[in-house]
Amino acid sequence: MFDSLSEGLQSAFKSLRGKGKLTEGNMREGLDIVQRSLLEADVSYPVVQDFMQHVSERALGKKVLLSLRPEEELVGIVQSELTAILGPVDSSLHLKTEGPTIIMMCGLQGSGKTTTCGKLSQLLKEQKVTPLLVAADLQRPAAIEQLKVIGQQLDVPVYAEPDNKNPVEVCNNGVARAKELGSRVVILDTAGRLAIDEELMAELAKIDKKVSPDQVYLVVDGMTGQDAVNSADAFNKALELDGVVMTKLDGDARGGALLSVKHVTGVPIKFIGTGEHFDALEPFRPEGMASRILQMGDIVAAAHEAHRIVDDREREELEAKMASGDFTLDDFKNMMEKVSKPGLMGRMMGLMPGMGQFKDALESDEAAGGIRQTIGAINSMTAEERRNPKVIDSARRSRIAKGAGVQTPVISQLIKQFEFMKPMMQAMAGGSVMDRAKMMSQLQGAMSQGNGSLDGLRTKGSTGKRLSNAERAKMRKEREKLKRRKKRQGK
Amino acid sequence: MVFWRSKKKVDDSAAESASPSEAPVQGEAEIQAEVPPEQPAAPAPAAPASAAQPVASAAQPVAAEAPSSTAADDPPAKKGGLFARFKSGLQKTRQALNTDIRDLFKDEGRLVDDEFLGELFAKLIRTDMGAGPAEELRDDIAKRYRGRKVQLSDIIGSITEQTREMLRQDAAPLNLPGTPSVILVVGVNGSGKTTSIGKLSNHLVGQGKKVVLGAGDTFRAAAVEQLTIWSQRIGCDIVTGKPGADPASVAYQTVDKAIEIGADVAIIDTAGRLQTQSNLMQELDKIRRVVSKKIENAPHEVLLVLDATAGQNALSQASGFSDAAGCTGIVLAKLDGSARGGVILPIRRQFQLPVKFVGLGESIEDIAPFDADQFASALFSD
Repeated sequence: MFDSLSEGLQSAFKSLRGKGKLTEGNMREGLDIVQRSLLEADVSYPVVQDFMQHVSERALGKKVLLSLRPEEELVGIVQSELTAILGPVDSSLHLKTEGPTIIMMCGLQGSGKTTTCGKLSQLLKEQKVTPLLVAADLQRPAAIEQLKVIGQQLDVPVYAEPDNKNPVEVCNNGVARAKELGSRVVILDTAGRLAIDEELMAELAKIDKKVSPDQVYLVVDGMTGQDAVNSADAFNKALELDGVVMTKLDGDARGGALLSVKHVTGVPIKFIGTGEHFDALEPFRPEGMASRILQMGDIVAAAHEAHRIVDDREREELEAKMASGDFTLDDFKNMMEKVSKPGLMGRMMGLMPGMGQFKDALESDEAAGGIRQTIGAINSMTAEERRNPKVIDSARRSRIAKGAGVQTPVISQLIKQFEFMKPMMQAMAGGSVMDRAKMMSQLQGAMSQGNGSLDGLRTKGSTGKRLSNAERAKMRKEREKLKRRKKRQGK
Repeated sequence: MVFWRSKKKVDDSAAESASPSEAPVQGEAEIQAEVPPEQPAAPAPAAPASAAQPVASAAQPVAAEAPSSTAADDPPAKKGGLFARFKSGLQKTRQALNTDIRDLFKDEGRLVDDEFLGELFAKLIRTDMGAGPAEELRDDIAKRYRGRKVQLSDIIGSITEQTREMLRQDAAPLNLPGTPSVILVVGVNGSGKTTSIGKLSNHLVGQGKKVVLGAGDTFRAAAVEQLTIWSQRIGCDIVTGKPGADPASVAYQTVDKAIEIGADVAIIDTAGRLQTQSNLMQELDKIRRVVSKKIENAPHEVLLVLDATAGQNALSQASGFSDAAGCTGIVLAKLDGSARGGVILPIRRQFQLPVKFVGLGESIEDIAPFDADQFASALFSD
């Protein structure tokens, strides 16, 4: 399978272009790739068919057929259609001004209802609202304890009746307690159930009728497959949902089920769960999700992730250093340490559009070892050497190598690599957005080409990206230009 | 998947439907193989028709519908123009031209055309087997039967039979050689690990085995309590650690305990983790190492619990967990819903991981050894 939809389309259209004019028939080939990509992302088949009809109508228009880069046009159409279907965004909880707002969570077993209850509480607490959690999952062993522990961790009251076997009563009593306490929000954690289990679905409908929650949220596992249409439909019919929360999107699941759910229920998607911690609940962004389903990376999520690693003050300091050219090996080491957390770099790359291909290379043990080696080598240098690597002569080099337990060429390589990166960093930090974008592509090119001497980050073997001779030549020219500019500035 | 419940009934009806349906399909395939000159002729009539389609559709959109519609008494446009009526009149002729000569005089059955193949594809995709395998099966059918008249049920029957054959090969019971034998249970969050362990232990206890549970999920709130409740219901020993304790130490103590009390099986629970969280995956490796220090060759079984509702991500799960924990088998949980769990087909093909048990509900006895026959017939049923 292709790494991403855009790559698949690129290769398909590349072979088509050789045949001259793009025709409707050729375009169908591209559309088949789109369809397949959606199916691989677990979008349900009936939904895919419906979606493809929309896309085909637009894709077979003259504008696309006559355009120079039809694959880009097609990806653009698919993405905009996806975004349109997944939207509009509405991640507010619509709290009532008076009396408690009752939020009911429902879903299949193991979709993440209880964890999501905790995350919602955290979100509400950040808005200075303390909710009351009601443990209405009387099926699963220790479900009540789980909610209680979560309540303790978040310092949120939990209402439970361990001996009562009637969830309707528990919910009603819970709401009554909320009124006593003056809580503004009540969150009902119901038991997981299968959509075809009529008895339990009727029970859910009964809670809905007797307790009349203001908001009913369906919690959907991000890894759900084709069955998403059936279960979402059943829940929607029994309950009239008000929103959807998709969980477990911190992994590599593409979450196509969300499209199916949205298609059958039509209710807004409120939040996505992106981790096990209570703050890992994000407001839903259709653009990001569309990119994810198409495996095209999500620059916003990447930026978000980056912010999580480096706080703003640190980042500003680093950027200032980079811009002024004061960027030392010490700073380089700091950066390396930040990114060398296991799995982190790969995740970042996976989120960055067009960088998905480096994901595997960076996640391998070899790459992690390379980064460790680099950090070790820098640790073996004196403060002066770190500030000014130019002073490192052959004697110093062998001393450092001995200290780090590596061969001397590794040290020369590291210094070369650093010298190569420094001007780039400087331009990155100091330049305009355009400059940065250019630099990024250059870096990408250098990395994929394999002669950019970013050896600490690179593993042997193909990186999967093939460049034409013209592209390679262009890249070389850019680099030369950069070197010249650096020389001029140095003198 | 309702079939799973009524075991007797399924066997009978499956046997009934499978044997007559299978025979003609295979017979046809043989005929085709015997007459090689015929073979290129089969797809040939279809090709010009589809080539002509764009031209026709440019002239009259209604006409494009005509070749794909199969029922003769279903004119695509009742109020269409003269041309459309003329077209629909020609429908029968057109259909005859598209039909393989061997099937011309067959009354029942449907023409294997794009619409037929589309329907088949929908049925295949519905099982979660994934676009790749579904396309392969569809193209195989297209190659063998395009332009011929068949029953959809016959085709499904033959695919079911293929699937059954494929799955039957790996009927693998639990490998429990030693006393104690160690079973490690892994999987993503919410796939049903703890519940499956409860049911599996009960199953083993029912076989007269002495079981010790190890509550290795020290991360999730109340996971230890959950397993403790199961152990009380079953009446077996359990080893627990404090919340946040090192799961490897709990695993070690569990094995210790199992040796001490002379248990037959030690089952170790782990916290749910996504296969992309490499540090958590390394933790599984550590548990493996620790357990193997105590007993050679342990863990004897590493069971990956997969959610039957999961889609293509299950492939990534199988690969990630196999790499990190060396899975030996799969427990397919939550198969009592409307999901089919067809993703185990590509998993079986890529990773040779056999399914050992299926989970069929929340009560203690809702677990069954995997049965390829039942699974295959339920996979493509309506």
